[in-house]
Amino acid sequence: MISGDTATTDFPHRHLLGIEGLTPAEITFLLDRSETYVEQNRQPDKKRSVLRGRTVINLFFEASTRTRTSFELAGKRLGGDVINMSISGSSIKKGETLVDTAMTLNAMHPDVLVVRHADSGAVKLLSEKVNCAVINAGDGSHEHPTQALLDALTIRRRLGRLAGLQVAICGDILHSRVARSNIHLLTTMGARVRLIAPKTLIPYAAERLGVEVFHDMAEGLKDCDIVMMLRLQQERMKSNYFPSVREYFTYFGLDYEMLAHAKPDALIMHPGPMNRGVEIDSEVADDFYRSVIREQVEMGVAVRMAALEILAHNLEPLAETNL
Amino acid sequence: MAVKLDEPLGRVAYVNARILDPAEGWDGTGGVLTDGEKIAAAGPGLFDAGRPEDAKIIDCQGACLAPGLVDIRAHLGEPGEEQKETLASAGRAATAGGVTSLLCLPDTNPCIDDMSVVEFVARRARQLGLTKVYPYGAVTKQLAGKELAELKLLRDSGALAFTDGVRTIADPLVLRQALAYAATFGLVICHQAEEPSLAEGGVMNLGENSTRLGLAGIPREAEIIIIERDIRLVEMTGGRLHFVNVSTAESVEVIRRAKDRGLAITCDTAPPYFSLNEHAIGDYRTFAKLTPPLRDEDDRQAIVQAISDGVIDCVASDHTPQDEESKRLPFAQAASGGVGLQTLLPMTLELYHNGHLSLLKALDLVTRAPAALMAMDAGRLKPGAPADLVLFDPDRSWKVSSDVLLSKSKNSPFDGRPVQGMVLRTVIDGRTVHTHGA
Repeated sequence: MISGDTATTDFPHRHLLGIEGLTPAEITFLLDRSETYVEQNRQPDKKRSVLRGRTVINLFFEASTRTRTSFELAGKRLGGDVINMSISGSSIKKGETLVDTAMTLNAMHPDVLVVRHADSGAVKLLSEKVNCAVINAGDGSHEHPTQALLDALTIRRRLGRLAGLQVAICGDILHSRVARSNIHLLTTMGARVRLIAPKTLIPYAAERLGVEVFHDMAEGLKDCDIVMMLRLQQERMKSNYFPSVREYFTYFGLDYEMLAHAKPDALIMHPGPMNRGVEIDSEVADDFYRSVIREQVEMGVAVRMAALEILAHNLEPLAETNL
Repeated sequence: MAVKLDEPLGRVAYVNARILDPAEGWDGTGGVLTDGEKIAAAGPGLFDAGRPEDAKIIDCQGACLAPGLVDIRAHLGEPGEEQKETLASAGRAATAGGVTSLLCLPDTNPCIDDMSVVEFVARRARQLGLTKVYPYGAVTKQLAGKELAELKLLRDSGALAFTDGVRTIADPLVLRQALAYAATFGLVICHQAEEPSLAEGGVMNLGENSTRLGLAGIPREAEIIIIERDIRLVEMTGGRLHFVNVSTAESVEVIRRAKDRGLAITCDTAPPYFSLNEHAIGDYRTFAKLTPPLRDEDDRQAIVQAISDGVIDCVASDHTPQDEESKRLPFAQAASGGVGLQTLLPMTLELYHNGHLSLLKALDLVTRAPAALMAMDAGRLKPGAPADLVLFDPDRSWKVSSDVLLSKSKNSPFDGRPVQGMVLRTVIDGRTVHTHGA
């Protein structure tokens, strides 16, 4: 538990909407707090009470199983009341606007809203209309801050640092919020980031984000400590981002032959869900020593616990009688 | 003539020749020494100190010896239209025309949008041992202009560059993605610029003549609009685009400005567009029905000018065989295109004979320049390069007619025209594959 008023000075933000703009110290603080929950989550007794009396609403406008479950577990392990709302089916079809939904939920006095939305910027818009704290659980192609934090925690625990590492992010960077959050986090923390993809899947002026762009996977992987694969949505084929899955996998898929171009002990990461045989070969994904894909999932819960704890700490304190 | 691929080659000295190599700027008396399938030595004055004793001697009798011609655009009819042309008949016409390497278009049936078809065409051509054939891959599946073909897999199977043939990629988003995707791997896209909606139904150049003949016209703007649009897309994507069959004065002006801005744009034209104008149609001659259509005299002169000042990078034959059933029809119904493999050299030499270009510059357009554009190991007399040679007499005249054309189809827009420039011998990989009169 965070003692005294430290949280407000170590992380002086009401919301966690993105990584861009956070300082190295703030990121380090989030990671350090997450670290304490990793050990706790491995104990038989995982329950804490820092969110006792708090209401967390998981508001998902876009289908999600993994992230929603991870946030739900995080909230419950901290003793909060967690409600899941999937809006993709109900209100959207009834024509309620995003702002109306926000106002409606706000009237129920939640403490933290965890929001995912298919449109970039939607979570920010919602955060301006509510009185509670908001965590961005992914907005369009913009940001997915807790994913970048859990990736950073995974790397830091394995390699002991972030600064100076060479990280390759490979795949559909154009549409990826995971890539954007990771670029911001890793470059802020002093890691060097490379993007590897066909030109069609690299966003415009990507170099301006402080990264190097490669179109040849073997060349891009050279000397990398971390190989971060992204999910390739096969629907993108229809819009001519690439001609076929077999061509994509031949030149941009990660198998052992391709991985040999990275450092011999390079770690393999993937935010999931994976398309085996599309962007990543099964053998590589399941490599016992080098694939940290399942560890990423484990770190996810710890990171979300830390985020909930810190934002809740920054809220108005609860009166003792309410507890 | 029959080619025996398994015959041992040894060393051959081509002596007493006027050596022409645009890549080296050579024009002088000398020779070429080949060893097996490669050039061992070449240059003016090569055998001045004496002829090698162990080599077979071929006396060129003062004729011009140059790198074999490189033709970057020909329809070969196979697979799918064997009644118009086969790899064998095209190979005979090409070698008779001094063409030792050519790129064939993907609009066959099945079209070349799949690795297996690339390999089929390349293997069949290799077995014939005639002109070396390099297939283009399709830019889009089924040449339909909608979904990208497997460009990199096609490239790795042997496709040298990419095009949808005579079909323009009408959808700008598809071309944008194609250019960006191709740029990922440094691939070249060749594009015939003709806005389909403006060209639809048209059968000749739009102008006074189309009005007089009562034929529906294709405006120059159909070409210019696409070129202007494509230049924007190249600028946006960093892609590599080559315009084919450039035919109007304004097209070359637009391309000139884009090149001046440093964009990675190149272009070619074909002999009809610098040596004929729309009057070649005369009384509804369907052999003069081409894509793009023959333009007017001002356009033709602008194309000649653009060749001479380098805006147009090279010349291709645009060989398009059409059988009698496709051409002996009312003009509007007739198929488009003309054969060109045997007229590529004489028509290009016409630019030299008419004083527009030096002999070396004219040859450059059909040897070094197209080879460099497609990054081929061809088109020059460099030691170690494949021994692909053409021996020709630039002045000797002949008349284009169906009995000298070796293509299965005889639809030459130059039919009946007296031309200068006779191929005497064609050598591919050290083997003589054609001699005049043989």
